[in-house]
Amino acid sequence: MKFATRLIHGSHAIDPATGALSIPVHQTSTFAQQSVDHFGRYDYARSGNPTREALEEAVADLEGGSAAFAFGSGMAAISSTLLLFAPGDHLVVCEDVYGGAFRVLTKLFGQWGLTVTFVDATSLAAIEAAIRPETKAIYLESPSNPLLKITDLRGAAAIARQYGLLTLVDSTFMTPYLQRPLELGCDVVLHSGTKFLNGHSDVICGFAVVKDEQLAQRLSFVQNAFGAILGPQDCWLTLRGLRTLKVRMEESQRSAVKIAAWLADHPRVNRVYYPGLADHPGYAAHQGQAAGPGAVLSFELANYGLTKKLLEGVTLAAFAVSLGGVESILSYPAKMSHAAMPPAERAARGISDTLVRLSVGLEDADDLIAELERLLEEG
Amino acid sequence: MNIATTAVQIGLEWDSRTGAMTVPIYQTATFRHPGLGQSTGYDYSRSGNPTRQALETGIARLDSAARGFAYSSGMAAITSLLLLFKQGDHLIVTEDLYGGTYRLFEQIFQQYGLEFSYVDTSDIARVEEALRPNTKGLFVESLTNPLLKVADIRSLATFCQSWGLLCIVDNTFLTPYLLRPLELGADIAIYSGSKYLSGHNDTICGLVTVKSPELAERVYFHQNGAGAVLGPQDSWLTIRGMKTLSVRLDRQQENALKIARWLEQNPQVAKVFYPGLENSPGHDLLRSQADGFGAMIAFEVTDSALVEQLLLRTELISFAESLGGVETLMTFPAVQTHADIEPAKREALGINDRLLRLSVGIENSDDLIADLEQAFTGGPA
Repeated sequence: MKFATRLIHGSHAIDPATGALSIPVHQTSTFAQQSVDHFGRYDYARSGNPTREALEEAVADLEGGSAAFAFGSGMAAISSTLLLFAPGDHLVVCEDVYGGAFRVLTKLFGQWGLTVTFVDATSLAAIEAAIRPETKAIYLESPSNPLLKITDLRGAAAIARQYGLLTLVDSTFMTPYLQRPLELGCDVVLHSGTKFLNGHSDVICGFAVVKDEQLAQRLSFVQNAFGAILGPQDCWLTLRGLRTLKVRMEESQRSAVKIAAWLADHPRVNRVYYPGLADHPGYAAHQGQAAGPGAVLSFELANYGLTKKLLEGVTLAAFAVSLGGVESILSYPAKMSHAAMPPAERAARGISDTLVRLSVGLEDADDLIAELERLLEEG
Repeated sequence: MNIATTAVQIGLEWDSRTGAMTVPIYQTATFRHPGLGQSTGYDYSRSGNPTRQALETGIARLDSAARGFAYSSGMAAITSLLLLFKQGDHLIVTEDLYGGTYRLFEQIFQQYGLEFSYVDTSDIARVEEALRPNTKGLFVESLTNPLLKVADIRSLATFCQSWGLLCIVDNTFLTPYLLRPLELGADIAIYSGSKYLSGHNDTICGLVTVKSPELAERVYFHQNGAGAVLGPQDSWLTIRGMKTLSVRLDRQQENALKIARWLEQNPQVAKVFYPGLENSPGHDLLRSQADGFGAMIAFEVTDSALVEQLLLRTELISFAESLGGVETLMTFPAVQTHADIEPAKREALGINDRLLRLSVGIENSDDLIADLEQAFTGGPA
């Protein structure tokens, strides 16, 4: 079955009792049992809920994994996955990692003895050079947030295998429609499902997806023991959002390509970061591993006054945190997604105070361009 | 204001625009900013969502707390709180602890270098003996699961204050309607909100209340950082459930006392654990610190063969994990809630293959007793 069909028919069977096309929201905490020795498939909803299971199976299938786990937020997915490691373990992490991930890695897990080296992950040599005897994993984003840097995921996974490490990839910007890291040899795919997977800016959720059965068992243990699960209503909404993933991504991406080209030609835009532009340094690497550049782009404006004018004057796109919704969202990484990162660390990573991130939604691209044009005018 | 009144008021002040009696379900991930460096007070729903906040404010009021926090499960609440500690810290913990908490401590946090001593926290001398130079916290269940032992929260809180330990009380079995740990001196109270607070066996959620604003800031950091938050629909359902907390618990306690007395008279029952019985070891202590005895009963039958008979023959009473809902549930702790505790240890604690746990609901008590009676006398299932 092709991707678009799997989105509609792959997630779960039609309810055999009623014929309903949509899975019921199983708003229950517990399940009555028939036998003392053999419990049914469901016993307690933290351990397993049919609605959550339908969503988990759908995401696992789309990523080409054996199992997916749904969490109460993208950060809960990341934190739960990091519980696979032990004190003294070391991780090599891409340097412009999402601010929330930076915060848990350095502050929360740092206090529990996990150590981290941040590297420019566009260089496989830099990744390899950071590996130590106690290194257990490579943690990547490709494209990264907010500078859309590209890591050669096949190459990184090959290095990881050579050293016996796990490769973890936050693939939020891509979704399995555009990139499937498990097929490239990576071990764990992480998602903020809040973004393109759900796609309607109305749910907070996260996923971890794996292929290896043993790793799946370990993550299943952590999901149940830590219990940072996704509730049934949010599972149902995410399943609903997933059905339109392909049509949403295609349209948003088409608009993003157009807007990126327009911005690149604009005299008051210093630089555009978007892997769909041929002069992007990661263009070739991205083309080798993904089916498209996605719908998130960042750009550097000529000065702070213009940045402020754009963010505060925008009407078609929302000036807000988050991305990946049907609505275009303009955000300001220095004070939003990367506010949790100390200013010096931010500056070193190129996240300046004139950098703006645009998540392109489903509005007409010409309308969005007209609005940008108006706001970027002189005066 | 009486607790029952406070519970009914939750969420009422929220929608001044429409006058709606209930807080809207803010099914949103993010919030639009009015300007650069400006915020409506809401930025991103993991960091704060108005529906979740109504629930958090509500539970904080019930517990006289500085702040409340809602998590995606009771276990997520406990995990998020344990992040307050660090490698090498030691905690003193109630010995007949909920199996999920025990599993989390032993299989996840021990690996992260946290140390645990399990003691009978109903005996303060045992708690004092367990103190070490690196002890940083005490984790007690106000009524233990499943044996319903009673901890002296006031004395334990005083002990914690004098040694600078965080006093954390899992108050799931009693709820703020019956016992308010922070008013007795504890620093933090924890709830599996899936139980009495939500009360309808339809939501998985965890709640935390914190006494001091400084400590609350640290708890908030981890709620937002680790992100194990409760969604808006489940937040709304929990608020809805909390509005009937008092009437549900009143009826549940009434039923529980009748059933406990009936079980006591039953020759096929060897022991009944219910602190509402005058001869129960924790009865007077619980009376001195709580407004009731709850609606959880554990009982030991004379013959292990009766266990399966009771679980399968009862018709009104469902055989299912969990507790605290309007429906009466029966659980077999040794294989359900406490399966993760090693068999020898379980046996030593009294969680044996003859012990059953009953979470009494709001059905008519005569019907419940008749159901138990027919299950006891009806022979093997």
